[in-house]
Amino acid sequence: MNLLQFVHAFFGDGSHWHGYDGIPTRVLEHVRYSLEALALAAAIGLPVGLVTGHYGRGGNALALLATAGRALPTFGLLVLVVTWLGFGLGPVMIPLVVLAVPPILVTTYEAVRSVDPAPVDAARGMGMPEPRILFQVELPVALTLILGGLRSAAVQIVSTATIAAYVGLGGLGRYIIDGLYQRNYEKVVGGATLVAALALATLAVFWAVARLTVSPGVRRGT
Amino acid sequence: MSGFFDIPSDLQHTYAGLIGLHLREALVPVLVGLVVSLPVAQLCVRFRWLYPPVLGVTTVLYAIPSLAFFVVLIDYTGQSETTVMIPLAVYSMVVLVPAIVEGVRSVPPETLAAATAMGFGPVRRYVQVQLPIAVPAIIAGLRVATVSSISLVSVGMLIGNQGALGNLLHDAQIYNRPELAVNSVVTTAVLAILADAALVAVRLLLTPWMPKESAAR
Amino acid sequence: MIRIDSVTKRYPDGTVAVDRLSLDIEDGSITVLVGPSGCGKTTTLRMINRMVEPSEGTILLDGADIRQQPVNTLRRSMGYVIQNAGLFQHRTIVDNIATVPRLLGWGKDRARARARELMERVGLDASLAKRYPYQLSGGQQQRVGVARALAADPPVLLMDEPFSAVDPVVRKGLQDELLRIQAELGKTIVFVTHDIDEAVKLGTMVAVLRTGGHLAQYAPPAELLSDPADAFVEDFLGSDRGIRRLSFFPSGALELQTAPVVALDADAGTIAARGSTSGAPYLLVADLDGRPLGWGDPKDLTAGEIEPGRLLSHGRPFVHGKDSLRAALDAAVLSPTGWAVGVDGTGRVVGVVSQQAVGEAIRSAHALDRGGEDARAVR
Repeated sequence: MNLLQFVHAFFGDGSHWHGYDGIPTRVLEHVRYSLEALALAAAIGLPVGLVTGHYGRGGNALALLATAGRALPTFGLLVLVVTWLGFGLGPVMIPLVVLAVPPILVTTYEAVRSVDPAPVDAARGMGMPEPRILFQVELPVALTLILGGLRSAAVQIVSTATIAAYVGLGGLGRYIIDGLYQRNYEKVVGGATLVAALALATLAVFWAVARLTVSPGVRRGT
Repeated sequence: MSGFFDIPSDLQHTYAGLIGLHLREALVPVLVGLVVSLPVAQLCVRFRWLYPPVLGVTTVLYAIPSLAFFVVLIDYTGQSETTVMIPLAVYSMVVLVPAIVEGVRSVPPETLAAATAMGFGPVRRYVQVQLPIAVPAIIAGLRVATVSSISLVSVGMLIGNQGALGNLLHDAQIYNRPELAVNSVVTTAVLAILADAALVAVRLLLTPWMPKESAAR
Repeated sequence: MIRIDSVTKRYPDGTVAVDRLSLDIEDGSITVLVGPSGCGKTTTLRMINRMVEPSEGTILLDGADIRQQPVNTLRRSMGYVIQNAGLFQHRTIVDNIATVPRLLGWGKDRARARARELMERVGLDASLAKRYPYQLSGGQQQRVGVARALAADPPVLLMDEPFSAVDPVVRKGLQDELLRIQAELGKTIVFVTHDIDEAVKLGTMVAVLRTGGHLAQYAPPAELLSDPADAFVEDFLGSDRGIRRLSFFPSGALELQTAPVVALDADAGTIAARGSTSGAPYLLVADLDGRPLGWGDPKDLTAGEIEPGRLLSHGRPFVHGKDSLRAALDAAVLSPTGWAVGVDGTGRVVGVVSQQAVGEAIRSAHALDRGGEDARAVR
């Protein structure tokens, strides 16, 4: 059997489409975990990145923090956190957030830093208050890069959220882990396909968001 | 008996052995990824139309979760180190190809024009001008690839204890020894930070012409 | 009036950017700060809207210390134009210009209407309103920068090397436009440049600063050219300041001769008489409308058969009374006959004048200037 046959067999089986282990349920669970982790990571990474980027300070500290964050092995952290805090959604969020904060934080900082200083100087010279400079001058220009950081964080979360199944949670990782233990490759391949599809859908969503929110004056040439 | 560095015998390795194994499983793929990425990136630079489809393919590959990748490969390469290393090599490529392409492309056109005007041939120009100037971007890519590779090796534990230091996580659970999980996480993180620092050092050695202040980034 | 009162700017590392500078900037004038890199001209400008805070000294605006009002209120009352314009690339041209009115709380429609009005004033086509900055040329972007600074009708305009990033032709257009706008609006403009020609062309008063933030000379441009305060200013002005100074003497005092001018249809008698009596070696032939055609040797000119194509070029004429002595001298030097052609505003010949006569006019103008008369600037 090759991969396509596995995929065909998995999606062709009507029993995979309903119930608590059905595809819709698992996809929704996966989306929920991913969204929660992304929202938490963004709530940490965006404000810190925006403010440090605006004032241009703390870049080295951020880089060290981000390196440390990236260095922590997500899977090991998951097992460790569950060992300490027990099973549940809360503990699973920790490694996912640790995974997602560095790209968001570093890209946001760099994006704001790299905004052409001339318009910022002009805005300040015209008497624009600092928060307004950040949100109305720097953010719109930095938005493409910031969305890029969020996008890469989101894709990593979607792909890594599969390991939540290892500690007993739902989501698409269930198919992969269960399939692995049951030697059911049809299930493994089906799960992997769904996760990859979800990751691609994430890319598509970010592409659409960028089209809608980035000004055409900024979009050209990028 | 249940000390931090007492590695259960079922892993068939000493602590140092696990570290060596972990580094091999993580770094060999990065090297393979680099060796493959250089010509692929050069092709993308030479033939611009090639870059968008290559980016598309790498993006899709990156979207496949490592665990799924491992499991699918078991059918072909068994529960082996190779099964862990193939996806890691692919992920490295996904990071390195764009890093090299952007790095080579970021060489100012005036510099290229000057090199051409001085009589550099295309190959010489690539090796002596474009590649050295692209070194910071390539190293930045290597840092991301290496750190993530070191982190991902642990997931190999799930396919028959092929995760080197990650295997400690399994033993931590079956023997109820959480300190083994701490050991795994801390050791892996330290390895990642050391590898990262080594790459920064390499960059400093290779690019004496760059300002030093942002060395940590 | 803006009074800069013994202001010093010292940075934490000890460098002194501006050293006990005092300047009075008159209302309705263009005051140019000029000098080499590191002379503190930009720092001085940025202290006026408090982008930089002085270490010592005070700056008074209409008698009140500028630190008395909130910093953003102060800045909104001063237009600010910088090199490369610094436009907001994510906003359309009209929204860029409407920035300060919006900051001041104007409604969107009113601010945009005002912005469109300003586009017209700075010579931008209304069709550009909905474009984005990247779709405009450098010169157009700089015009948007000026319009944006003028949007809330501030009494003061601060301009930091606004035209230095555009090519010379566009720069000249922008300079002329600025003088025209200034003639209409009468703002108090503080203008920073490193280009002494730009300073001389635009400035009502020019402050020459030297490295380290010392004021070397503060004078009207004509005085700067005639009496540089020291070797530094003289050196900075360059080698041909004598010629450049002529820009400030009007050509109206030149006595033009009409005798060496003949019409295309002149009869033989006229040609012969003019040729012998005028003292000029050549005669200027004008067409029937009075426009210059070219110079001809009286011996070669035959009544009724003058061929305009065979005449010597008359060079570039100067507009008598409007152009300066510099233009008249230039016209004479470039003329193949050594005589300059003076025309009126519509291009008709008023008369001709020799190099010698221009030289005498220059000498007497200098004498008059020394005598205390103000040289009236003619640009």
